[in-house]
Amino acid sequence: MTAPLAAVDRPASYIGKSVPRPNAKRLLAGRGQYVDDLRLPRLAHVAFLRCPHAHARLKSLDIAAATRAPGVVRVVTAQDLAGRYTPWVGVLTHFKGLKSPPQHPLVHDRATWQGEPVAAVVAESRALAEDAVALIEIVWEELPPLTDMAAALAPGAVPLHAELGDNLCFGRAIDAGAVDEAFAKADCVVEESYSFARHTGVCLEPRSILADFDPADGRLTVHCSSQAPHMMKEIFARHFHLPETAVRVICGDVGGSFGIKIHVYPDDMATVAIALLLGRPVKFVADRLESFVSDIHAREHRIAARMALAKDGTIAALAIDDVTGVGPYSTYPRTSAVEGNQVVGLTGAWYRCRNYRANLRVAFQTKPPTTQYRAVGHPIATSVTEALVDRAAAALGLDPVELRRRNLIPDDAYPWTTASGLKFEKLSHQAALEKLLTLMDYDGLRREQAELRRRNIHRGIGIACFVELTNPGPAFYGVGGAPISAQDGCTLRLDPGGTVTCATGVTEQGQGTETMVAQIVASALGLAMDKIRVVTGDTERAPYGGGTWASRGCGIGGEAALQGALALKANILDLAGAMLQAEPAALDLAGGWVVDRAGNRRIGLDEVGRAAYFRGDTLPPGVQPELVATRHYMPRQYPFAFTNGAQASYLELDVETGFIQLLQHWVVEDCGRVVNPLLVEEQIRGGVVQGIGGALFEECIYDQRGQLLNGTLADYLVPMAGEMPDIVVAHIETPTAESMLGAKGAGEAGTGGAPAAVMNAVNDALAPFKVRVTAQPISPWRVLAALGKG
Amino acid sequence: MKAPPFRYARPQTLDAALRLLADEGAGARLIAGGQSLVPALNMRLLEPTLLIDINGLAELTGIAETASGIRVGALTRHAALGASAIVARRTPLLAAAVPFIAHEAIRNRGTFGGSLAQADPAAELPACAVALGARLEIAGPGGRRRVAAHDFFRGVYETALGRDEILVAAEIPAQPGATLFLELARRQGDYAIAGLAGWAALDRSRITDARLVFFGTDIRAVEARAASAALATSLDAAATALDRDLAPVADLNASAAMKRHLARVLLRRACAAAVTHAA
Amino acid sequence: MGRGRLPRATFGMSDAVAIRLTVNGARVERLVAPRLNLVDFLRDELGLTGTHWSCEHGACGACTVLIDGALARGCLVFAIQLDGANVETIEGLTESGALAEVQAAFHARNAVQCGFCSAGMLLAADALLRRNPEPSREQIRAALSGNYCRCTGYHAIVDAVADAARERARRKP
Repeated sequence: MTAPLAAVDRPASYIGKSVPRPNAKRLLAGRGQYVDDLRLPRLAHVAFLRCPHAHARLKSLDIAAATRAPGVVRVVTAQDLAGRYTPWVGVLTHFKGLKSPPQHPLVHDRATWQGEPVAAVVAESRALAEDAVALIEIVWEELPPLTDMAAALAPGAVPLHAELGDNLCFGRAIDAGAVDEAFAKADCVVEESYSFARHTGVCLEPRSILADFDPADGRLTVHCSSQAPHMMKEIFARHFHLPETAVRVICGDVGGSFGIKIHVYPDDMATVAIALLLGRPVKFVADRLESFVSDIHAREHRIAARMALAKDGTIAALAIDDVTGVGPYSTYPRTSAVEGNQVVGLTGAWYRCRNYRANLRVAFQTKPPTTQYRAVGHPIATSVTEALVDRAAAALGLDPVELRRRNLIPDDAYPWTTASGLKFEKLSHQAALEKLLTLMDYDGLRREQAELRRRNIHRGIGIACFVELTNPGPAFYGVGGAPISAQDGCTLRLDPGGTVTCATGVTEQGQGTETMVAQIVASALGLAMDKIRVVTGDTERAPYGGGTWASRGCGIGGEAALQGALALKANILDLAGAMLQAEPAALDLAGGWVVDRAGNRRIGLDEVGRAAYFRGDTLPPGVQPELVATRHYMPRQYPFAFTNGAQASYLELDVETGFIQLLQHWVVEDCGRVVNPLLVEEQIRGGVVQGIGGALFEECIYDQRGQLLNGTLADYLVPMAGEMPDIVVAHIETPTAESMLGAKGAGEAGTGGAPAAVMNAVNDALAPFKVRVTAQPISPWRVLAALGKG
Repeated sequence: MKAPPFRYARPQTLDAALRLLADEGAGARLIAGGQSLVPALNMRLLEPTLLIDINGLAELTGIAETASGIRVGALTRHAALGASAIVARRTPLLAAAVPFIAHEAIRNRGTFGGSLAQADPAAELPACAVALGARLEIAGPGGRRRVAAHDFFRGVYETALGRDEILVAAEIPAQPGATLFLELARRQGDYAIAGLAGWAALDRSRITDARLVFFGTDIRAVEARAASAALATSLDAAATALDRDLAPVADLNASAAMKRHLARVLLRRACAAAVTHAA
Repeated sequence: MGRGRLPRATFGMSDAVAIRLTVNGARVERLVAPRLNLVDFLRDELGLTGTHWSCEHGACGACTVLIDGALARGCLVFAIQLDGANVETIEGLTESGALAEVQAAFHARNAVQCGFCSAGMLLAADALLRRNPEPSREQIRAALSGNYCRCTGYHAIVDAVADAARERARRKP
């Protein structure tokens, strides 16, 4: 464990305690309030007509019959919205060369993916809206689809957007050290190509938005299932030409997000435009079928990779070539450059190797846009790196653990700058790996594996070391011009009864933000947690902040809460000092009381509150109570607070059927200070399973015409309880010195590392057969194909 | 994703249901458990004018023991089938198959007859019906007729059931041998990529007679006659002979060749297990 | 999506049918359109928004309810079919205390993140414990295998169901 946190180091501190989430009881009682649960007067429902083709020109659109259908309020097409909004462009200035055309809520003349919204029906119910959608008469002229990434980038390929000249959305090259020389001199070179399928988020609560425009006072209120209310407010104001004071965004309970609910979607923008057009509340909830073709997709990479090594196992050089597809548009406002950018930035980043070359090409395609999704780029970078390491170990006759030991950045070598230019403040790779080996009983498992192999039972052990990018500073997005806040704030108020109301800019998606904030505030103020009320998600009630993304809630929002609580404490002690005629420095807060140095109770917080608010007459002259404090925090020293960890997968492979049974999974992670182990472990476990989903099950399968073949929850295979392993989690705590709290993020480590561990375990199981699988998801089909039995 | 509009009727007698079916013509659809039909309605893959709810038809309910085996009413829920002592005793194959059908919530409402009439080529119960030599009792405007399960299933969602007919019950002979049941599905409760339902009569550790029916491989549950016959020779011979029985069709999870391979694996494993169990 | 031609029948109030049923112990009488599914009926007609819809094709379990005491997918039943039935939802089962141990265990284990799957998970867990009071981890996983959770990774849910089983056994006289 780390050194105690002085500011909150008290017997009653909640820091480091596994406190259950107070707000979860409501959810368990069926009393959540998700967007679709709101009931507003005159609410109308929106359903969209979506393009059935991957690429097609709109020849004609006849809405007459739909307009006359029962219950229809209005049928809205692109013409109705023209001039009412500013289209959006998914580029940022710090991504040199990134290009994307302007995007609109509804198709004007050309659709570029199956599922792009074309027209909206507003009706008294969703069912009636759907009835009318079926009555819209539409004529398409199909255009050639552009589905394959390599074909899109091939010389002479027809550009999807003629005005952009070609289909290269973004490219980046890194060439650090002396790569060619290192390969030329290497004792051993391993080389392999990997592919990663396109998958998607499948939040259980679909994307949901309810927009309410009141023409009388010109105010737009948007209830949406989102990760970033302030960002959405900024975007609605900017693109619908409204003053910021006229827009309020409220995110109540959110039924899962994972990066799906942080982007600007045409149908969401259309819904807001319709509310403005009609002056009444309208709601759009994506149904499951349209979610599959309208939610952002993720991943889809093909990577050729090479690693050079010396005889002793030292990695001498690493080179990758990544081609990734992002659909027809770079997604606004975060852009679709980040996924690939992180792949080339992160690959190999936890090893000492200084010679690194990467080439990234991001292609336009006629499939749904891909962009940031939980653990952006990480699973790809980790899978590629760790697969190469395992191959190299095999080639050199070394245990895969040993090869890692010889190459990990030593725990005493920090600060460290990677070949790709990432700065690590302090990580614990060596300690994490050793802890993992003990946790899983690596040697024991190897013995068991060898024993079972003799009986023709094929088990595999896969290890993956990794880093996770968390707590991003303003250099991530803001610098490029995006309305994305890297800072976050917390406002705390002592109420008359001695309780504290605390509003924070970070948001709750179920990860436990409110609990984490309450733990920190309660600890700093010496209060019981049930005396703290945390408010999130409402742009009119919460301080300005970025919300939930890039594992920043605890590291940034938690730090703001801590600093805010300490500021409020100082204010309380100032007042109490005046009331007690004591030096504030000689006072402290504990158990809901102002106490002296010896811990004697001097005055209750309720009494302080009452005096401040109701009995100002009792206060000494000149004392003006200020029982509110706000603090904001943004990391400045490092662009990101990197975390690290190690994962292991143990599985059994049925070599006759290709089926994989996951037996157990282990994670050691170092997210700095752990405020609540229960919550961190749940982030890790949920993340691991999401990673396993991508590694073994999930794939948006497209045919050559750009048609999604498995767009239902029966055919798109999400991980379910029956196939998932138990997941053992352990922690190492290396706090960041940049903040007082020292917390880094934990939201994506599981997803970033699990696919690598699982793929390595599968290949370990396959080792006796001298075959490997290098395409995710690793389906039985792919396993049998590798074994020559498909 | 809301069902299209339709009218609804809930007849109380089989005759009334048959009349409604005849009167409405092509627009009529029967609903029993609805566990396959309602998704199709919600997705608007079907747009019936009249939904005839047959859950009120007493004639279609119940599991009874008969001289030769059992009689299972078409409205029997999967859960009831799985919990029935009669089923477990007389046709243990059915009892073995039930836990593999989707999930508890589905098994509580989905019906035996509905599963047969749906004729999903990857479903468990049609394969069991063929393996057990079930005879299906069908009511129509002209009265009752009986069709062997083997002749009932014709293709993907295609059966011998006429548009104006209702499946009433299945007469199932008592199972003459040990249960063979295995399936390979990506996740628990998913439709199988390949499955085997059947039985094997054993003389000590030798299979003397067997019926092997594969599901999830072809366009319908397929009785592997060549393979069954070759079992008398050897497991290898049976696995080889299986190629003559099956005409696998690729799906999103497997190529035709892979399904053929998996079917051979299932055959070997199921028969080997039966032999081991007997010995 | 464009989903083909216009159906012949269109819905007007004349198509609505009266149903009477019991929901969470209360007698309910409503006029419903034949196509109104149970989830929309509960949510829109009765304000019981604890039953969620997510996939609407029976794959995710978010809409799980009890119909005549048995676990069912709400999205695969039309309200009109439930004339005379007894329907129980998370709201009613919470108020009656039927789920109390399971809910307490889910809370203690943090077997809930976003909460969208929780009603279905709790009902499925309770149904398991009613028929198998001492389930193994594998049996718990199997019983929950029809309920999708994107947040938790399932491990904590399995822990919680095992805890609830122990708690129920302890409370049994």
